[in-house]
Amino acid sequence: MLRVVKPKTKQARRALEKRAPKIKENVKKALLLHGTSTSAVVKGVLSDLHHIKKDGGNAVHWTRKNENIRPFEPAGAAPLEFFSKKTDCSLVVFGSHSKKRPNNIVFGRFYDNHVYDFMELGVERYKSVKDHGGARKFSPQVGSKPCFAFIGEAFESDEKCRQFKEMMLDFFRGEEVDRINLAGLDRVFVCVATATKVLFRHCAIRLMKSGTKVPQIVLVDVGPSLDMVFRRNQTPGEELRKEAMRTVSKAPQKKIKNVSSDMMDGKVGRIYMPKQEVGEIALKKMKGLKRERREAAAALPDGERKDEARKKLRQNDEQ
Amino acid sequence: MAAEEEGAGMDSLSGLRMDIGNLLVFDATDPGIEEASTSSDDYDEQCLRKGARAIQALAEKLFNMPSEADKYGRLVILPPPTTKLPREKPLPKPRPPTKWEQFAQSKGIKKRKRSKLDFDEDAGEWRRRYGYKRVADERDIPVIEAKSTDEPGEDPFSNMKKEKKARIEKQEKNRLQNLKHTLKVAGKSALPSTVQLSTMALPITGSAQVPKKLTKDELGEIAGHASTATASVGKFDRKLEGEKPAKHAGKHRKFLPVVGSSKEEKQQSDKILDKVLSRHNQEIVDVNKVSDLIFAFRGLANFSHGVLGFCVGC
Repeated sequence: MLRVVKPKTKQARRALEKRAPKIKENVKKALLLHGTSTSAVVKGVLSDLHHIKKDGGNAVHWTRKNENIRPFEPAGAAPLEFFSKKTDCSLVVFGSHSKKRPNNIVFGRFYDNHVYDFMELGVERYKSVKDHGGARKFSPQVGSKPCFAFIGEAFESDEKCRQFKEMMLDFFRGEEVDRINLAGLDRVFVCVATATKVLFRHCAIRLMKSGTKVPQIVLVDVGPSLDMVFRRNQTPGEELRKEAMRTVSKAPQKKIKNVSSDMMDGKVGRIYMPKQEVGEIALKKMKGLKRERREAAAALPDGERKDEARKKLRQNDEQ
Repeated sequence: MAAEEEGAGMDSLSGLRMDIGNLLVFDATDPGIEEASTSSDDYDEQCLRKGARAIQALAEKLFNMPSEADKYGRLVILPPPTTKLPREKPLPKPRPPTKWEQFAQSKGIKKRKRSKLDFDEDAGEWRRRYGYKRVADERDIPVIEAKSTDEPGEDPFSNMKKEKKARIEKQEKNRLQNLKHTLKVAGKSALPSTVQLSTMALPITGSAQVPKKLTKDELGEIAGHASTATASVGKFDRKLEGEKPAKHAGKHRKFLPVVGSSKEEKQQSDKILDKVLSRHNQEIVDVNKVSDLIFAFRGLANFSHGVLGFCVGC
C-alpha cells in the first residue's frame, strides 16, 4: 500500500524544495574528503579549497578518513555517490596519498547523483595561503565572483587540459549573474599549461589608477599555488554528456502584478493604499500654532495668565 | 602602457578568447612556460605576468561595457555565458494532468479567480472565504431546522461532521490516486519535490493496528535477553565481530527477600496502586470505557426515576 509522505515542518519543506531539480540551478556544492592515508600537502590543499568555496555553505569538508573509496572503479565510486546524494553536493574533491600516487587529488562531478567525470592530479609543489602570508589588506573578499585566465594552447588541444579547464570553471564559478559591480572584481584563478604540468595560481586583483577609464591590473599571489601533474581521468559517455548539457530554451517568465502598459502613458503601475483617516493623521507641530496658544493664554484672567503662558511657551520651545 | 595597448589592440589577433559572462579569458596562442630553463620562483613570476596581461584585456572589455546605476555603484550588464557546463540535476519534468484537470480540459471548464473576502450577512462584515473566522463555518451554526426527510434520533450536527470527514477522506484518496498515476506515467522525478510515496507494509493478522516500530533501546534489550537465553546464560558464547557486550549483565529482575521488613513490600504495592489509579494513565485503565460505563449507569438510574415518577426504594 502506498502512502503519501509530506514534510511536517515548513523548514523541512523549504529544504526539500531547495534540493529539487530546477530550470535555473543552485550553485554547485563541493564535498572535500580524503581516503585512508593523507599527507600534509593533501590536507592543506583540501583545507585551502574549502576556505575559498565555503561562503554560502557551498563546501562541505570532512576531516575523518573514509575507507573503500576508489573513484576510478565503479564499485569504489559508490560511496562517493551516496555522500553526494546525502549532502546534495555535485562536486567532489577526494585527496589521498600512497607510494604509487603521492599527493593525489581527484576532482569529480556528479549528474543526478551518478558519476559524471573524474580527473586525477598529482600535486608536485604546493604553497598554502599561510605560506603566502595569510589574509592581508587586499586579499579577495569571501564569496566574490572570480575571473579565470587560462594560458596555453594545450587547454584547447589536449583532452585532459580541456577537461581540467571545464572542471575549474565549474568548481569556482559561483553564481551565474547578469549584473556585476566592477569594484568587486578581486580574485583570479590563473592556470598556465606547460609541457607536462599545469600551474594553478589564485591571485588577488588590485585595480591601480591609470590615466584612462580602465584601471591597471596588478595581480598578487595569495595562494594556494599548485603545480600539478595529470594522472588518470574519466570522461562521461556521449549520451550522458548530451543529457547533462540539455537546457530549456526559455524559462517561464514570472508574473509581475499590478503593472500594465498603456499606449499613451507607457508603463503604468497600480499602488494599493489602505484607507486613511484624514482627521487623525499625525501632523508636524507647526510653530505658527504657537501664536494661537499665546492668544488663548492672553484671553485667560490675569492671575493665572503669566504662569500659564510661561509654562506653555516653555513646553512649545522644548518640543 | 605599451603592454596594455598591445593587448587591447591585438585582441582578435592575439587569440584571446573571452567568455565575459563567466569572466573567463583564454589565451590560446601563448606557448606556455618552458620547464627546463625556469626555476619554481620564475614560474610564479611568469604566471603572474601572463595572468595580468590576460586580465587586463578582460578589464578593457568590461570597463567599456554599458552599465546601469545602483545604490552601491555602477553595475555592468554582463552578457550570458557562452561556455556550456553540465547541469547537476536533470531538468524538471512536467507532470501529467490529474483526473480533474483532464475532465476540466475536456469540458472546457476554466479556473476562475475568487476574491479572498466574502460578505457574511449573518455577521454583517467581510470575512475570509476559508480559515479562521470564515464566512460559513459549520461550528458557528446555532440552529438547524428539521426537514421532513430527517429521521428522528439523528443528530444533524454530527452528520455534518461525518460528511465533512468523508469528503476529506475522499479527497485524500483521490490525491493519492493522482500521485500514483503520476509515478506510473512519468516516474519519480515528476512528483512534487516535497512529496514521497512510500510503501507501508500492513500486518497479515486480523487487527488493523500498525505494528509499532521498535526503538534502538528496546532492540538492544531484546537482543540482550536472547543472548542470555542459553544453558550457561550466554557466558561462554563466542561473540560476533563488532558485537557489543549485553547491557544488563546478570539478573534481569530483582525480587524482594521473602523474609524481611514489610515496609518495602508496602512501598511496592503502593507504587503499583498509584500507577493503576492515576489520572493520566491510559494504558492500564481505559478511561473512556470507565466513563461510558459511569454515564450509562447514571442514565439508567435517571430513566428509572423519570418513568416511575417516584423514588423506588431509594
